[in-house]
Amino acid sequence: MTLLSIRHVRKAFGLNVVLDDLSLDVEQGQCVALIGASGSGKSTLLRCVSLLEVIDDGVIELEGEDITDPRVDTDAVRARMGIVFQAYNLFPHLSVIDNITLAPLRVHKVPRARAEAHARAMLDRVGLADRATARPDDLSGGQQQRVAIARALVSSPSLLLLDEVTSALDPELVGEVLDLLRDLRADGMTMVLSTHEMGFAREVADTVCFLDGGRILEQGPPAQVLGAPQEGRTQTFLARVLGRPRP
Amino acid sequence: MALVAVVVLAVVSSPGWPRVQQTFFDPAKAWSSLPAVALGLWLNVRVMIVCGILIGVFGLLLAVMRTLRGPVFFPLRMFSAAYTDLFRGLPVLLVLLLLGIGVPALRQQGVPKDPLFWGGTALVLSYSAYVAEVFRAGIESVHPSQRAAARSLGLTNAQTLRFVVLPQAVRRVLPPLMNDLVSLQKDSGLISVLGVVDAIYAARIETASDFNYTPYVVAGLLFLCLTIPMVRFTDWFARKQGFHGAGGIV
Repeated sequence: MTLLSIRHVRKAFGLNVVLDDLSLDVEQGQCVALIGASGSGKSTLLRCVSLLEVIDDGVIELEGEDITDPRVDTDAVRARMGIVFQAYNLFPHLSVIDNITLAPLRVHKVPRARAEAHARAMLDRVGLADRATARPDDLSGGQQQRVAIARALVSSPSLLLLDEVTSALDPELVGEVLDLLRDLRADGMTMVLSTHEMGFAREVADTVCFLDGGRILEQGPPAQVLGAPQEGRTQTFLARVLGRPRP
Repeated sequence: MALVAVVVLAVVSSPGWPRVQQTFFDPAKAWSSLPAVALGLWLNVRVMIVCGILIGVFGLLLAVMRTLRGPVFFPLRMFSAAYTDLFRGLPVLLVLLLLGIGVPALRQQGVPKDPLFWGGTALVLSYSAYVAEVFRAGIESVHPSQRAAARSLGLTNAQTLRFVVLPQAVRRVLPPLMNDLVSLQKDSGLISVLGVVDAIYAARIETASDFNYTPYVVAGLLFLCLTIPMVRFTDWFARKQGFHGAGGIV
């Protein structure tokens, strides 16, 4: 079943066209990796899907519902997906557990006791059960990002969007976050992620999309796109990030 | 410390010091004027507390109005901007006189004539404009990514403001807000121009009989006794709330 369908989406900031007639389908349980240079539109695409940006043209459907229709309740749509940001964006004035329970308490109206129990289970899952009362500022980058993932997952979203979630981390902390994403993948979570970790994309993604100039230039299984790219630009990009000579 | 000692020494050894000491630092006069000045101070304290709360609420409301996005809120933004421009520009004294003397002089039925009421209203109107700008600075200092994170969780605009933006904003502007509160405490003395007896006015009455200015010094000392603990308390409270400087992760 197609969970997310992006069709002919266009987004411009002023004269700068960031997404240009972009289309992409994501099946239930699929993991799609977006790769491409900075400014190729990866983050903007994720922000458009999570309705943090209003698209100029096109349609985005989530579970068959057109979420770009001006009449839809955008808050209700956002509550059905989780997004994790590059800079974690935890709320610094709230403890770890309060960060996680904020949406269940206020958006989903879950009773406090149940929300906290659920949040603790979630923290246990991301390996931070003992840091529930800590402040985000007291955690390492990797721990903060795992809390952010727990926060995004606690309301059982049908889609998880991950925007370069390891880019701000020290190399030795990247592993703990990627391990967590592998687990989620194994549990059948539908994910769209933008990443610079080509090895990770190759390992977990069902589909890799190479974005260039606001379009998907090349799309397919990781082995094909990363292993034997057809487009010249994809080859140049991969050669640059992997440090491999161009075939 | 050494500098302070030198200045004190220079002042005390001045030829006119005995006379100055008698006029400003006369213990007997201080003691005799204390009850009247303290009674006046009680009025300052009450004005400060009541007006302080109202100013906080009104100022926050103005700031929130000003930071609302979207074309529908244009009239509210416009009102808030015009209000701050007007009341920050007008001297407090003028607002006081207009409201405290001008309004009762209209002799309209049912309009309160109590100078204390109008004095307090004038202070609330003027100070709200300043405090609104402080709050606005705080609200705008919260990084947009915090809003994005909150909205992406499904929180509404109002919930985002209430649970994510305002708690961070208020914590950040607590020190300048204290500035305004201390300044309000001193300006609460301005309502004496309407004939209300506050600490400074009480001191003036005490001074009138013998041109001994000690009661003013007494009033000043009493003001200090109020503001210093107040400022220390807020600092302590802010730290207890987990506020460590600018804060924020983005």
